[in-house]
This record gives sequence, C-alpha cells and structure tokens, in this order.
Amino acid sequence: MAQLILRRLFQTIPTLWLIATATFILLQLIPGGPFDQEKPVTPEVKRLIEAHYGMDKPIHEQYLQFLLNRLQGDFGPSYKYAGWDVDEIIAQSFPISLELGFYALLVALFVGVPLGILAAIYHGKRMETLFMGLALIGICLPAFVLGPLLLLVFSTELGWFNTFGWNTPSDRVLPALTLGLFYAAFVARLTRSGTLDVLKNPYIQTARAKGLKEHRIILVHTLKVALSPVVSYLGPAVAGMISGSFVVETLFFIPGLGSFFVNSAFNRDDTMVMGTVLFYAALILLFNLIVDLLHAWMNPRTQRD
Amino acid sequence: MQFPLTVTLVTLVTIFLSISCTPNRTNVERGLDSQELFIGIGSEPEGLDPHLVSGVTEHYVLLSVFEGLTTVHPETLEILPGVAASWDIADDGLSYIFYLDPKAKWSNGDSLRASDFVFSYERILSPKLGAPYAYMLYSIRGAEAFHKGKTKDFSTVGVRAIDDRTLEIELESVTPYFLSLPTHFTWWPVHPETILEHGAMTDRISKWTKAKHFVGNGPFQLESWKLNNAITVNRNPHYREAGSVHLNGIHFMPINSETEERAFRAGQIHITSSIPTARIDWYRSNRPQNIRFDPYLGIYYYLINTSNGPLKDPKVRQALAYSINREQLTEYVLKGGQKPAYHFTPPNTGGYTAEAGFSYDPEKARALLAEAGFPNGQGFPTFELLYNTSESHKTIAEAIQQMWKKELGIEISLYNQEWKVYLDSRQKSEFDIARAAWIGDYLDPYTFLSLGISDSGNNHSHWKSDHFDALMRATTQTLDPTLRFQLFQQAESELIEAMPFIPLFFYVRSLLIDESVQGWHSNILDYHPYQYLRLEAPQQP
Repeated sequence: MAQLILRRLFQTIPTLWLIATATFILLQLIPGGPFDQEKPVTPEVKRLIEAHYGMDKPIHEQYLQFLLNRLQGDFGPSYKYAGWDVDEIIAQSFPISLELGFYALLVALFVGVPLGILAAIYHGKRMETLFMGLALIGICLPAFVLGPLLLLVFSTELGWFNTFGWNTPSDRVLPALTLGLFYAAFVARLTRSGTLDVLKNPYIQTARAKGLKEHRIILVHTLKVALSPVVSYLGPAVAGMISGSFVVETLFFIPGLGSFFVNSAFNRDDTMVMGTVLFYAALILLFNLIVDLLHAWMNPRTQRD
Repeated sequence: MQFPLTVTLVTLVTIFLSISCTPNRTNVERGLDSQELFIGIGSEPEGLDPHLVSGVTEHYVLLSVFEGLTTVHPETLEILPGVAASWDIADDGLSYIFYLDPKAKWSNGDSLRASDFVFSYERILSPKLGAPYAYMLYSIRGAEAFHKGKTKDFSTVGVRAIDDRTLEIELESVTPYFLSLPTHFTWWPVHPETILEHGAMTDRISKWTKAKHFVGNGPFQLESWKLNNAITVNRNPHYREAGSVHLNGIHFMPINSETEERAFRAGQIHITSSIPTARIDWYRSNRPQNIRFDPYLGIYYYLINTSNGPLKDPKVRQALAYSINREQLTEYVLKGGQKPAYHFTPPNTGGYTAEAGFSYDPEKARALLAEAGFPNGQGFPTFELLYNTSESHKTIAEAIQQMWKKELGIEISLYNQEWKVYLDSRQKSEFDIARAAWIGDYLDPYTFLSLGISDSGNNHSHWKSDHFDALMRATTQTLDPTLRFQLFQQAESELIEAMPFIPLFFYVRSLLIDESVQGWHSNILDYHPYQYLRLEAPQQP
C-alpha cells in the first residue's frame, strides 16, 4: 500500500509539469493581454506595467522563472486584482467551495444511492422506470435551469430561503441541492447497474436460499461491491464539486473559487489561470489516488494491480 | 435492522425544514435602524488604489473612502469645496492656489497636508507606476513630459506645496473645466506613509490597499474586503464633516445583473448597478417607483475602419448612418430609456449640447450610396461587424444588420469576440466596423471629441484631419465658453460629415432603487457622494 502511494505521488510530478507547460503555451497563444482595456494605455505605459510582472523578458526566461516560482509554491500576484496574490485568493475562496462541495456530495450520495438501490430492487417494474426517469431528469437539467427553479419555488414564492449569499446555515441548502442533484443522478444510475450486476452472483442466490432478509442481502452482501463504479466516478466528481461551480456560485452569489476558473481566463489573468488550473489538477490527482486506495480496501483483488 | 430510506428521508426533511426557519428581517428593513446601505456594483473592483484603477465599478467604492480637492453637488453638479476649503485663480487662468480645510484628516487621524498631494501627483505621473489614467493630469504644467520620461526631475512639474495647507498648481494651458478634474479619482490623494510602509512609491504590487493597512480621507473607511462577496466601509470618525454623514456603513456587493435583481426584489439590497432588459417591463408596470433611467455621460457608437475598401468613402459611411432608425432601436430593442444619438457628444455635457448633424433618412442614404457607386447596394462587398460577446450587443447588431439590408440592400455578417480578443482586434485594426462606446472622464465636450484627434490612442478609425486637430487645439487656448462651444460645434460637424464613428445612442444609467434611499439624485456624471445619502422609511401615501 505504501509503495502504491509513493509510486502515485511520484507520478504526479511529470503530470503537473506537463499540465503547467501546456497551460503556459496556451496562455502565450491566445490574443489579448491582461492589461488591454477599452480606454487603452499608451504603449510605453503598457510596457512598464508588463515589466512589473516580468512580462518584458524573453519567453524562455519567463518560462524558467515561472517553473522556478511554482516549484517554490509562489503563484505570484494576480494581474487583475491589484494587491492580491493568487494563493491568497485561493486560500480565501477554496474553503467556501469545499464546504459547498461537501454538502453537494452528501446530496449526491444520500439521494443517488438509495434511488439506485430501489431501482435495482424494483428491476423490470414500473417503479424502476419512475426512479430512473427521475435520475434522467437530474442529468438533463443543468444547474442554470435547476437553480433558478429552486429559487423561484423555495425562495421567491415560499420565502423559505434567502435569494443569494452565503451567510446563514440555510443559505447552504439550495446551492447544495443544485450542485448535488446533478451528481446524484449519475450516482443513482451507477448504483443501479452495480447492484444489478452483483445480484446476479451465485452467492446472492445462496444467501436468499438460506432465508436471509432482502434488506440484509442488499445492505451487507451487495452494496460494498456494487458501489465500486460509484467510487471510481466520485474521484474526479468530488474534485469537480469542491473546486467550485461557476454557474452555482454566480447564481447564488457564493464567494467560492468557481468563478475564478472562468473569469481569470476572460481577464487574461495568467497567474490566476495557472493557479486555478494547477490547483484543480492536483485535486484530481489526489482524489484519483484516494479512489484507488478505496478500491483496494473494498475489493482486495485490485491491490495486486 | 430497518430499511434506512424512510429514516434518512425523514431526517433530511427535518433538517431541511428546521434550517429554513422563519425569514429574518431583510437588509432593507434593517437598514432603517442601522443606516447601513447595501449596494450592487455589478463586478469585483480591480483594486482600491485610485492611481491604478480605471473603471466605473472602482469609482463607486473609491468615492466612499477618498475625497479630492473639489467635489460635485449631486443634484446641481456645481463644483463644491472638497478637502480644499477655497481657492484662488490667477488672472491668466494658468495658476490655481488651493487652501486646504484645516479639518481635513486621513482616516488614521493624521492631518492632510499639501505635500501629500505633491507626493500623490508624483506617484501617479511616475512612468514606472504605469498608471493607466495618468493622462488625466496632463493639464498640469510639465506633467506630460515627466510622465513620458522626457525628464526625471519632478520639480519641473507645476505642483508645489507652499506650506502644509497651501497647494499651488500651474497649468500647461488654459483649462476652463479644471476645477472639475479634482473630482476624478486620479486626482485624489494617497497617504504617503502608508504607501511607503508597504513598498516603494511606484510599486504596483503592494499590500497597502488591504483593509488592515488602508488609509483614506473620505467620509468612510475601509472595514473589510472579501473577494466576490462584499467590500464594507464604515463611517470615518476623522472625516472633516463627520457630523453631516448619515450612513453608518456601506456594503458594496459585486453581484451580476440577474442575481442582483432577485436580491433587490427580496429586499436584500437598496440599489442595483443595472436592470436586466427582460425585467424592465415588469418593473415599469408593477413597481415604477423603484426604477430609474438617468441620462449618463456616455455614447454607444459603431467605429469604422476608414482604411478599408468602400468604407474609405465618407458617402458610404454617411449612408450607413442615415439608414439606421435609432428611435426604433431605443424604443423596441433597448427599452431602457436610451436616447437616440444624432451627434457625438452627449447632450448637456458641461452646458454644451451639439446640434443634430444628421437624421434618419433612408431616401438620402440610398442616394448617397448610389453616388458612391453602389445603387441599391449593387456590387457592394459583404463586410463584417465586430462586437464583443454579449446578448445586448448581439441584439443591437442584428437590428442594424436588418436595417441596412432593408434600406440599402447591403449584406453584412456579424461576428463576436470575447472581450480581450475584441480589444486586441480593435487595437490592430482587424475589423471593418466594430461596436464601441465612450464614457466621458470629465464634464467637458473635449473628453468626447478628442477621440477624433489624429494621434489619439483611442482613435482606431484611421480617420485623420488637420483642420479638426487645429479646432480641438483652439478649444484649449481660450476661456471664453461661447467661443469654445462654437469651436466644439465646428469640430462636431466635421466629425459627423466624415463619419468615422456612427453615433447610435446615448447611454442611460438604469438602476433599481429602494424608496427608503433618500438623497440619490440623478445626474449625468453618475456621481453620488455617499455623505448625502440616508435611509428613511418611505412616507405612506
């Protein structure tokens, strides 16, 4: 196990380097710069501003400097928000996205898994069509439709929740549902197919023949193996959930990291783009590692791979 | 063991209902007691250093924490004393002496000195700082030469602290609108000790604007700045007129238009930064008392690349301008009270209103196009209209595409680019016609018409006229308002005749405002000093 962790950690270095280099090259290629404005500054002023950020140096020097800074954990100042460092921005907004992602994960699991199991139990009956139909709606309804719908019903009409913000505990509910229900739908479908696969196994028939209660068969003998595809899916999904969603954060005015992913690219805030990309990449790598470890625990056969 | 689904569901529903407890009082209701204003500003400010920012959003916030030598009365736009209690103007109009208000202090209690202004102006004009708006100070003698690096000696620049309370500013040439300049944030002072504590005078990357370090001199002081959440300011006890400030605090919230409108409806913010077009009709019929359309010092126009094909011909450019039905555009497409533009400078800019230079006249447009060699649009090549990606720009472009096709028989194709790419294309002249806009920096026609000057960095049309340049130069050499307005009118007529910019409409600032906000006056500068605002329960009819 320790060997697996070490090996995987070692593999992250070239992966992150590749991602950083590709992002660096892409940022050089796109037209427009961070300091272009509707009322443009004179070329001399622009040159001086760029010099502040080392953008006047030859490209290979910029690249080397950039790698060196990242190695030292220095993501540099944001080009767009004067006075803010990229790591400062991530440190301020990531905990909020993490919290939202955590609630969304709860929604995904507590809605998705029971729905999937029920669909498997009622396999071939009308109930299955109903549950899977619900899941399909969840997948098809994007956050920018579901979010406003929830707001319209629970906030504007019923007045149960605030329309925006991240201040009171109840402010967590609608965003978590908006973000989580989409993932819940996938989880439900994966749980259903996983459960159906396991239920075909001879040992389940043995258990039934021995007279075990159906809920015991499902919860004790089926679920751990049946959730294997769900766990694989959740690795990158959790990274996505906790790193912030642009749509959900904009819709509910949540000061998370999600909006920086999108806006930094529009603003040509190169250091911020690089910071968010590398941060997200590291999260994905981390969660994939966790998923592998969970797999090894859930299904000892995979340990040998 | 029981099947846990029911248990889970019941638990979840219980949690759901318990935390969705009875709604609290809204911010608007609380504001009546706490005198705290919640205001939407649309997007996150780029910074709070008045020398480094350039946008309207930043202005909204900075106006609460800084104050210049002069200020503007929000209702009459009359120039009022700011931190300068009074001033003398030399007979030749080339020198101003400002006497600072002895009560003027920084938010940390330090006295505001004339030398702080000298420091501030040296900072913004230092080429190394790279201030985007340094040109706003070019009316000071020697400022341009210093900013362009022709001299490194700041003593050549006409700013001098005669003593702690007396500041002298010498001008390059007669500038009739000079007293309105210090109302702009580029002219506001920064606290030298704070700047130097966090870096050199010309460091762009500095922590001095962080809430825990920040020192300003406005009616409010910075309390906290949370990105994408709120900038909060509190009453500044050291403000020179602290007794006249009604509000205890302001929360500036960078919320996008749709969310902002929802927040307003829910009573969570007092003032929005805009109104989504789709909601205008609803507010007009249901809550007309909350909707405001204030004329605004800005023009929306189409910029023509006059070095390109048939667009080189002024007749073609005029034909394009004459064939646009602006009334239809503003009334049915924009709906937000925008004014159709038949000249370039917005009406009543510093008392000047240009004469309409043309009209909607499809007959004349067709005749002009025929004269240019394209009767009924025959043989006219297809050209492209560029706009930056946005639903509203797209709608406008489509309407105009239709009008040109119907009236002139010419085809144009539309394409959009994301903001920074669009700016790059404009800079490199990679367009035929581009959507553009200009917001005035100060209340004088010069800020608009100077766009047409040959070497203006903002003139991307490639249109050049020595006569126009000479007229614009002449406006900076006289103090006589009648003569200046005549010169502006001549320049305006020449610009419209050549039509490198097709005026479409004058902006309005559309916003939603709660009835409890008192003292918010509509004005063309969108200038709303917060010390005039207070929150009062609206009178029941």
